[in-house]
Amino acid sequence: MGLKIEQQQHQQPCVELSKIAISNTHGEDSPYFAGWKVYDENPYDEFTNPSGVIQMGLAENQVSFDLLEKYIEEHKETKGALETNFKENALFQDYHGLKSFRSAMASFMGEIRGNRAKFDPDRIVLTAGATAANELLTFILANPGDALLVPTPYYPGFDRDLRWRTGVNIVPIHCDSSNNFQITEQALESAYKDAESMSYRVRGILITNPSNPLGITIQRSVLELLLNFVTKKNIHLVSDEIYSGSAFSSSEFVSVAEVLESRNYKNSAERVHIVYSLSKDLGLPGFRVGTIYSYNDRVVTTARRMSSFTLISSQTQNLLASMLSNKSFTKSYIKINRERLNKRYEMIIEGLKSAGIECLKGNAGLFCWMNLSPLLKDKTSRESELVLWNAILHEVKLNISPGSSCHCLEPGWFRVCFANMSENTLKIALERICKFMERIKSQQ
Amino acid sequence: MTRTREPESKSKTSSPSSSSTGMKLIVPLQGVVQGRGGILLGSLIPCALFYFFQLYLKKRRRSNDKHPSSNPPSPSSSFPELPRTPSRSNLSSRGSLTGVRLSRLATTISDDDSAYYVGLNRASRDPYHKLTNPDGIIQLGLSDNTLSLDLIGDWMRKWGSGGDDGLSINGIATYQAFDGVDELKLALSDFMHQVMGGSVHFDTSNMVLTAGATPAIEILSFCLADHGNAFLVPTPYYPGFDRDVKWRPGVDLIPVHCRSADNFNLSMTALEQAYSQARKRGVKVRGILVSNPSNPVGNMLTQDMLYNLIDFAEDKNIHLIVDEVFAGSTYGSEKFVSVAEILESDSEYIDNRRIHIIYGLSKDLALAGFRVGVIYSFNKNVLATARKLCRFSSISAPTQRLVTSMLSDKKFIQDYFETNRNRMRQVHHEFVDALSKIGIKCAKSSGGMFCWADMSGLIKPYSEKGELELWEKFMSIAKINITPGSACHCIEPGWFRICFTTMSLDEIPLVIERIRRVVEVCKFSS
Repeated sequence: MGLKIEQQQHQQPCVELSKIAISNTHGEDSPYFAGWKVYDENPYDEFTNPSGVIQMGLAENQVSFDLLEKYIEEHKETKGALETNFKENALFQDYHGLKSFRSAMASFMGEIRGNRAKFDPDRIVLTAGATAANELLTFILANPGDALLVPTPYYPGFDRDLRWRTGVNIVPIHCDSSNNFQITEQALESAYKDAESMSYRVRGILITNPSNPLGITIQRSVLELLLNFVTKKNIHLVSDEIYSGSAFSSSEFVSVAEVLESRNYKNSAERVHIVYSLSKDLGLPGFRVGTIYSYNDRVVTTARRMSSFTLISSQTQNLLASMLSNKSFTKSYIKINRERLNKRYEMIIEGLKSAGIECLKGNAGLFCWMNLSPLLKDKTSRESELVLWNAILHEVKLNISPGSSCHCLEPGWFRVCFANMSENTLKIALERICKFMERIKSQQ
Repeated sequence: MTRTREPESKSKTSSPSSSSTGMKLIVPLQGVVQGRGGILLGSLIPCALFYFFQLYLKKRRRSNDKHPSSNPPSPSSSFPELPRTPSRSNLSSRGSLTGVRLSRLATTISDDDSAYYVGLNRASRDPYHKLTNPDGIIQLGLSDNTLSLDLIGDWMRKWGSGGDDGLSINGIATYQAFDGVDELKLALSDFMHQVMGGSVHFDTSNMVLTAGATPAIEILSFCLADHGNAFLVPTPYYPGFDRDVKWRPGVDLIPVHCRSADNFNLSMTALEQAYSQARKRGVKVRGILVSNPSNPVGNMLTQDMLYNLIDFAEDKNIHLIVDEVFAGSTYGSEKFVSVAEILESDSEYIDNRRIHIIYGLSKDLALAGFRVGVIYSFNKNVLATARKLCRFSSISAPTQRLVTSMLSDKKFIQDYFETNRNRMRQVHHEFVDALSKIGIKCAKSSGGMFCWADMSGLIKPYSEKGELELWEKFMSIAKINITPGSACHCIEPGWFRICFTTMSLDEIPLVIERIRRVVEVCKFSS
């Protein structure tokens, strides 16, 4: 389905657009986005629209917003941040970014990892969001027609971010519930062979850690496995760690940076790149703050130049620099945020359990990975999953994300977000699910 | 006189011209080898010669200035080279020998050594400061406007932190529409209406906002052309277009040369010629890209010229992109005419779906750091695609709020424009006058932030080589960074872009004195 060219009144043929403009690689025709449209047309509101669709398909973190507001209220110097050095701020469009802000990001990223890894501000490249960071890295690491291996299930946006303008292909590394969707060596080898059989040159592996949509951290042993594999094949490893601050317990999250550090950066760290952003952990997606952290000098230099297309406003950099360098604030924020997310997670798991629904045991992220396969008429059919999804969207009025849009091979899994709403709204959503499950049971 | 130029990039587009060079050698050589070995030698010898020619060119390219290029940095920016962290000294030899590969695009980017970027880089490493570094390099290669920043600074002090309510992140923390919030679009539509002469209405539903005009141009390129297609662009042109249009979209820029005899105004004959030559080479031309007011010359397109361009685009069924970022930075007597004005007055006769405007606040409001750009198009399909693509380049929400507030302060905007225009007029007049007193004439200009200066009398030889040697003299003797015409693809050697909006009136004598030093050196050595 491409974009229809309008019928025009003139005799002249209509001026053409590019292939990219008329392709559907933007992926916005998938149920992932379709559900959002249904929500947009009938959004739930506690008072004005209590029977509307509750948005559980958007991984946004609103549980710790008050902490940010409190900080800004208490720290008037944020107010003054704009006024000092205004001349440099307004004009400052240097793609290196403000040194103070890069240092702040490096410090914050280290704090999230319990200071088990140190980040060098000069290796930080700033981008307007992680979306741009992932796309930019793909442009740098792979040629059009090459491939990146990505473990399934994965964030639906990757289909667009990694493929659309870059012309690079995604070859899935299939993971399944038999081992809690962890990546195995066989799965890696198999994916690599798949790519070769399609004549794609594999340029790297892209993982999300903690995983979206699974909501679990990747085990250290798997990170070691991945590092060995990419070294053996002489390819890159991109670790998208945007949910690193949303792991419920700091000790359970292991960053690839820590593994590299423990290996003394042997076996070329030059193939490893980390993506981070403030959109999830800090709940500031509107600010458009993303970073690429690379251990490869050429990647850093090239990414910097390319970041001209996606710079972060100097005002925003200034605004956040002092907040993120304030160690007592960041330490406290990270701790409280983790606790609140954990609490939310337990609330939703309990609620789903009492409705008779099992989830993957998660320990991170803004969502849980729910198993509704027992409800499917045909457990092997994707269509069955979509029928169920449609019922939940239109009858139960919950927008959740079907596993098929995340390229999950096993039908029946759904991603359910829990951090983008108040506790009350979550309770209501759980009540609706309960009622739905009771209806199904009584029908059987 | 045409210049001798080296092939600029190692991209695939350089190969067509190389193979035609090869052909030119084969024909005469066939006569030589018609005796023994005939066809074999007749093809081997030119191939060998061709091979050695390529090798020679490669060596010449490599021996050029190897400084890493850099985009316009501010004076306070840090040096781009990276210190290696101690922990990396343990890298195994395996990594350094076989080295993990990057893409072809990455290689092209890292090899980009245009004098435009090299100059900006060098100037940023040794920036002039009246008190702390009076012998530093004066930056005249960056079209920023500091003449009226004091006014913006005053406004920021009063209102920049949200006034009495203080700074609030309420309502701006969450995901916003990627193509810009409605309030900002409305404010920009009003602002553009004012800037473009008060006669055009800009519809917010035709707007897509981006993090600066740079991604706006790139996104449009992605929408309007495929990899390997081309846009026609009058020369000299803004060096950044090479990056914005060629790097990732892979769209080529075919120069349409303008000459000093025409004050570098575009000739439709030249445009027609460039178009048909491209067609003959099998290149698909998808559009024309112009800047108005023009960067680097500073002249403006007349209404007639705009009509000609629109007709041309209609006739060939291609797009017309007009970059109007300097629309509000005019100081001459000519009135600026936006292409939008023509479309509004002649909407029945023109298919506006092929016309797209680029705008932004980096020049007219000196807010380059805030990253505010606009794609304005009447083509619903282009808008739909651009809306999806701008998720990679969205404007930060707090900045959208701040800028909305500033643009809505109509009195402030009016004051700013009047004051800024007067200051620009003054500095421009003084500077051009002072230049002519030391024998340097400038092209006639009425907009933009720069003079297009003719230094062809000072270069020897009259070629790109001579021009770059003069540029080096300016850098090392005069310690000023100005942009050589070759970086802007100007076909006549010896022209330089000098930005005047980062100079105060009392700094003009200092700059002139430094330029005069170089003029003397050149006269002495000739």
